[in-house]
Amino acid sequence: MSSLPSTAAGAGPEQPAGTGFEATRDALAAAGYLADDSASLVSHLAQRLGKPVLVEGPAGVGKTELAKALSRATGRPLIRLQCYEGLDEAKALYEWNYRKQLLRIQAESAAAGPDGAPAGDAVMDDIFGEEFLLTRPLLAAIASDEPVVLLIDEIDKTDQEFEAMLLEVLSDFQISIPELGVVEAQSIPLVLLTSNNSRELTEALKRRCLYLWLDYPSIEREVEIVRLHAPDLDADLARRLVEVIGMVRELDLKKPPSIAESIDWARALLLLGADQIDAETFNRTMSIIVKHRTDLDLVAERVGMRLPAARGSDGPAAATTG
Amino acid sequence: MAAAGNDLIADQLVSFCDELREEGLAIGTAEILDSFAAVEHVPWSDRAQFREALAATLAKSQEDRHLFDRVFDRWFFRAAELEAIEREGIDGEAGDGNQNIGEAGDGGERIDVDELIEMIRQAIADGDEAAMRDLAQLAVAAFGRRGQGSGVVGVDVQRIRRSLGLTPGSSGADGAAEDVEIDREGLRRFESHLRRELERKLIERTGKLPPARPLADLDRALPTNPTQDLAAVHRSVTMLKRRLATLGNEHRGRRRGRVVDVRRTMRASLETGGVPLTLRYRPKRPRRPEIYVLCDVSTSVTSASVFFLSVLHALHDSFRKLRSFVFIERISEVTETFERERDFRKISERISQDGGVADISGYTDYGRVWLEFLEEISADLDPRSTVIVLGDARTNGRDPHAAAFARLTERAGRTFWLNPEPRLYWNYGDSVMAAYEPHTTEAFECWTTKHLEHFVDVVARP
Repeated sequence: MSSLPSTAAGAGPEQPAGTGFEATRDALAAAGYLADDSASLVSHLAQRLGKPVLVEGPAGVGKTELAKALSRATGRPLIRLQCYEGLDEAKALYEWNYRKQLLRIQAESAAAGPDGAPAGDAVMDDIFGEEFLLTRPLLAAIASDEPVVLLIDEIDKTDQEFEAMLLEVLSDFQISIPELGVVEAQSIPLVLLTSNNSRELTEALKRRCLYLWLDYPSIEREVEIVRLHAPDLDADLARRLVEVIGMVRELDLKKPPSIAESIDWARALLLLGADQIDAETFNRTMSIIVKHRTDLDLVAERVGMRLPAARGSDGPAAATTG
Repeated sequence: MAAAGNDLIADQLVSFCDELREEGLAIGTAEILDSFAAVEHVPWSDRAQFREALAATLAKSQEDRHLFDRVFDRWFFRAAELEAIEREGIDGEAGDGNQNIGEAGDGGERIDVDELIEMIRQAIADGDEAAMRDLAQLAVAAFGRRGQGSGVVGVDVQRIRRSLGLTPGSSGADGAAEDVEIDREGLRRFESHLRRELERKLIERTGKLPPARPLADLDRALPTNPTQDLAAVHRSVTMLKRRLATLGNEHRGRRRGRVVDVRRTMRASLETGGVPLTLRYRPKRPRRPEIYVLCDVSTSVTSASVFFLSVLHALHDSFRKLRSFVFIERISEVTETFERERDFRKISERISQDGGVADISGYTDYGRVWLEFLEEISADLDPRSTVIVLGDARTNGRDPHAAAFARLTERAGRTFWLNPEPRLYWNYGDSVMAAYEPHTTEAFECWTTKHLEHFVDVVARP
């Protein structure tokens, strides 16, 4: 509640409307993340409107990285909740520290001696204090004094009950703890939820979020990304590399190469001192971008064959790959 | 003034949202409020940003986004045209000044068609939307004049495209070296510009808007005819694959009916001095059935069944054993084809070429297929196996041999029937669904990806 005015104030200086989303894009770029227009616009809106963002897209397009970059760009600390099957309140919200509570009860009853009965109520109040509360990521994000970026990663891995529990956090930015009362957010956290779309999320959750679909970037953008993370790489080679990655992604693979793997591959080529991607280099380093036995065969057959056979034969190479 | 303007925009946005709702998007008041808040933060003049801001608040899945884009184009186009009609007599200013180019086009036969084609190719290759829009106007002006207009927008678009010699992947007709190749995507965008220009012309001519028509269901239906884009088929397969691969997880995560694992609970209780504060549950494993798929591949249902087979094979990890058969008049096993080939198009070709299932007439003969299957394969069936039949149950007037089918279902544990026709058409004409349905565990209609997903869910359910 108290933080609502602060967002309104935040919207104030933004009045020259054109600058807002470009500013977000530039800030992200400065943090080492080259966002496309829709990604930077939605991030911008999320900050302005104080709404969570649901980011969906294939694995490895930089969904998690976007949250990290936002945290760097805004200077807010990142709190991350990695979701998995069977994740429950105790791991996501808060948990009572049973052991400490037991100890306290034993200590109290020992101190009270034989007529320990009247102390019961006091102990009861006592052991449900903040001292015995273990904060988990969601509560930590809500209770934090400074504004944070909260990343709820792979929300589609959890079950629907967990989603329902998130609703209170996401729409009102508060958490009800029966024994303590309601914890309200000091400042509205910037929330990103990522999903691989492996399961349909509930309408109720989607309703509370802005939606962003991230896809593999265009060739130009990916070249920029690769060059940003492997600055020593030759420009032509970077472009060639991204084109080959594009060819690999075209195939029906179990796991298409992600952007991170493009970068890894670029670094590997740098280490090996390769100045050209020929069939031999490709076959030797292929395992960096392809991680499945069957995929390896397929890629070697469909892509490896089409690359120039050996170095030094530029002319025919251009003809075969073009 | 500004307030009045805002009211107008609010009205427009609400009616836009109404239209989205009619297309089946789940848009609540909360979304509408969000979209109002979002457009406050983007410049009005930038169409792309305005669209993204609305999409982020209104379209909450990729499917929704697809529909959103279509409705957005259609709706804002219509809104602009309606405005233009209402202001008729003042001037036709709505077209942000590109009227001039239109005038230049009307000016004449001066347009050199070859030059125009070259420019269009270049614009498509560059992906230059503004140039494409202007050139579409020119093209419509140039070809509309020759009296070729049929009055049906869709027909005219194709006619203009063909007379411009634009086909995907082709270089220029004269094979000149500087010609650029056009990709399908670029061509599609140019076509949409053409369509818009033609519609605009039509509205100008008649002075009123054509009735709004909901988007065709085709966009959402299963690929049931071969002319549909294979890429679209492929996309839906990959999506299904991902979603179905994790189906088991959902069941495992479910709370109801879980069984406490006493051993692990006791071990966990050591932490709390032997008091079992946290319960541990036994994990649920999804069923991994043995599956026999029988697919009708006669012309009426080919694509649906090949599509279905590809999906099952993409998912073969989820099954203990998967054997697939195709049939028309005879039955033949194709399990190996699917193991070798990954390309949907290739599989489709191979099955149609050397499936060896058509005999003389090429009409489906369900009765004969059951008899053959009983004789050759049914010895392998046991109560753990699941038989799935995909077909429209149209026997072309031949004996359905329902008794043979009944024997077959007795041997198998479960039998499902998928019918690619809507339930409404079952048992009409030569469809004998009623004869088979009582013997199946369950029969489904299956003509959208939703149906298919639901079905695979049922099969994998523990």
